[in-house]
Amino acid sequence: MFFGPEEGHFALALGCVLAVFQCAIPLWAARSAKHQRLVALAPALAVGQLIALSLSFLSLILCAVNDDFSVQNVAANSAIAKPLLYKITGVWGNHEGSVLLWTLILALCGGAVSLFGRNLPDILRGRVLAILGGVSAGFQLFCLLTSDPFERLYPAPMDGQGMNPLLQDPGLAFHPPILYTGYVGFAVPFAFAVAALIEGRVDAAWGRWVRPWAVAAWAFLTCGIALGSWWSYYVLGWGGYWFWDPVENASLIPWLTGTALVHSAIVVEKREGLKIWTVLLAIATFSFSLSGTFLVRSGILNSVHAFANDPARGVFILALLAIVIGGSLSLFAWRAPSLTAGGLFAPVSREGALVLNNILLCSICAVVVTGTMYPPFMQLLAGRTISVGKPFFDAATIPLTLPLLLAMGLGTALPWKRANLSRSFTHLRTAIPLTLVGLALCWWHFSGVLPIACGVLSVWVIAASIADMMRRLGLRGGTLRSVLSRARSLPRSSWGATLAHIGAGITVLGLSGMSSAQHAIVEVPIGHTTHLAGDDWTLTSIRHLRGPNYNALQADITVSHNGHVITVLHPEKRDFTSQHQTTTEVSIHTNFLRDLYGVIGDQQGTGVNTTYVLRLHNNTLAPWMWLGALIMAIGGGLSLSDRRLRIGAPRRATALAEKTS
Amino acid sequence: MSTTSRRKLLTALPVVGASALGFGFWRMLHGMQNGGFDPRAVNTPQLGHPIPNFSLPGLPASVANADQTTGFNASELQSQHTPILLNFFASWCIPCVAEMPGLRIIAQEIPIWGVAYKDKPEDAAAFIQRDGSPYARIATDQNGRAAIDWGVTGVPESFLIAPGGRILWHNASGLTPQLFDAEIRPLLAPYR
Repeated sequence: MFFGPEEGHFALALGCVLAVFQCAIPLWAARSAKHQRLVALAPALAVGQLIALSLSFLSLILCAVNDDFSVQNVAANSAIAKPLLYKITGVWGNHEGSVLLWTLILALCGGAVSLFGRNLPDILRGRVLAILGGVSAGFQLFCLLTSDPFERLYPAPMDGQGMNPLLQDPGLAFHPPILYTGYVGFAVPFAFAVAALIEGRVDAAWGRWVRPWAVAAWAFLTCGIALGSWWSYYVLGWGGYWFWDPVENASLIPWLTGTALVHSAIVVEKREGLKIWTVLLAIATFSFSLSGTFLVRSGILNSVHAFANDPARGVFILALLAIVIGGSLSLFAWRAPSLTAGGLFAPVSREGALVLNNILLCSICAVVVTGTMYPPFMQLLAGRTISVGKPFFDAATIPLTLPLLLAMGLGTALPWKRANLSRSFTHLRTAIPLTLVGLALCWWHFSGVLPIACGVLSVWVIAASIADMMRRLGLRGGTLRSVLSRARSLPRSSWGATLAHIGAGITVLGLSGMSSAQHAIVEVPIGHTTHLAGDDWTLTSIRHLRGPNYNALQADITVSHNGHVITVLHPEKRDFTSQHQTTTEVSIHTNFLRDLYGVIGDQQGTGVNTTYVLRLHNNTLAPWMWLGALIMAIGGGLSLSDRRLRIGAPRRATALAEKTS
Repeated sequence: MSTTSRRKLLTALPVVGASALGFGFWRMLHGMQNGGFDPRAVNTPQLGHPIPNFSLPGLPASVANADQTTGFNASELQSQHTPILLNFFASWCIPCVAEMPGLRIIAQEIPIWGVAYKDKPEDAAAFIQRDGSPYARIATDQNGRAAIDWGVTGVPESFLIAPGGRILWHNASGLTPQLFDAEIRPLLAPYR
């Protein structure tokens, strides 16, 4: 073969060597004026590393596509009969392949900094690339030494064993790359933070450089988390969307600190405040990304998502984490006290609102970290096994979310430095009627004080974001022409922020709606009708189907309201006999205000006494949770397209230049 | 304390915290290799050990028969003269629904005491009354505290209790007549 597994293995090793040079040369060269020209080698090395890793990844994909079962990873995770799409996506559906994907994305980040970071000072860019190279080298070593995806088998088996039907799903296939891009993307703000600590200087320009990278990673992470939650909703068939499982928490924790980072970097950029805090957040976010994903794989955290666990790998990972996280935090402890503070502001101001946002987000993060780490540490220290579940997380996070939503609506209307609360509130008075309508609707449809409060406050966030945008556009008393010209001159990042806030409001509204979802588990014969949430759910018929490699039991569940048929759901239970696995095919009918969700379980009894276990859910506002997350991510993307961020020129300077010319 | 030394102390906190966590993780990995630490371990009262102490209420009188409202406690379970099968269930759990027909058959041979785990009393009452309750006695563990002491990891889960309150057998999945014949019936022989 032209580019086989050995070549892929070699490319990975080559990438690792290039990464080591990418780390060492700029750090060494930047120290002395004599060798400073060598710093310019860093972008070339980063691009070289990217090419090497792309080739390596491509070769693993080729092995899978060509059914090369002499490669152990392909033999274990692929099979001849697998559809082509899943042969390709199966490459990252296992431990070794996903580590390779992880390092490839890290190399992509390095490549992106080399290509899009031309406006950065050479030394800063060299140092950022050096840090990225160092992290890269560590993980490529991990890949080569403990989880080699190119390991060969002799004799090669005739067919592979990887036909797990649960993993053959488009949602799961594209979830890891998006999620990893989110996780790994935070390596860039991390590298910027470490480079700034080495340089000993953090200023407004640093804030402006670091923010687009943080926003990009944040948008991917948002999409990744939403996609994972959606997958568990429609594939696992438990009717739930979030289980507070360690794997899920591992993605939520960096999302929370990353959201805080995206906001605190604004204060650095505009007001040169919160500098030390922002540097710490950048380090913390990437540290949480790293430790979360890799601790899950070491098997320390007990999760329903099984990865092949190996404590020996765990030790290697932990050593790597100690170097990356311990090293950066030690550097922080050493250098951060000498960073100068700046940007004084009154408690009630835009900065104040952003500080509040940071405090609340970090408190929620602390709750999630505590809940996730409490069981293993309790077992280690006291020898007792306990589990921390949904009741704890709900009770601790919801009260923190309420003030966060309140501040989110008000925050964008506050001016910098010092604000007059009552005046800013009058700017938002157009939001009050909509909020009152929201209150009435929530009162009517939701049950429980906390869901109603969350629902109302998320309507408030949406209404206040729209009201603030209307004020900025001068919609009140402005001509169409003046509104349009204002809309054009408003920076895209403001549009992005408004959109992201609206998205967050929609997501929380969906979450609040789901708290009044209703479900029933029934064991019924054919023709039996169940009443749930005002509708009649009738099991009209059952049929046995034969798929390409499975036998299925399919139900027809007719949902009707007052005799008027709404829909017929067709949930299936598939039995993959050769793999000894059963999967449930959930049937969902949505009208965007609620999901009708049906699952068929086991068959009981025989003959006329046959009954079927059905699970029926009426999920209020369920689609809004993922729709909101998508809007948030689009808001992030819109903010990235802001010319000011791309060019990197200070706004005031260009404005002055335009005036004088 | 001066501002600079306070700053130094504060900025050193993250690395100290991270080191403590890292040390903990290292101990866990070490324990996983020599068998001293198992993240998937469950706190099971050892077979042959006495039952944990507990006292649970029954179903509320508004939704249940009079004999289902009393609940039961550890001393009542200890003072029985025949073995008792204790079954943790919940109306929201599918395997429990599937287990019911089997339990009704088993109930003809041995008294089954049921504990409704983290369930609304009215849901639990409706669940067991729909097709006839297999349970001789019923109690509710609404906050799941007793289940923790018993080491219950999920529902359904069943324990066989000898007279005097010793745990003879434990199973963390749905009960079937086949399983009863294979595993429980031999254990009952000495008490017949």
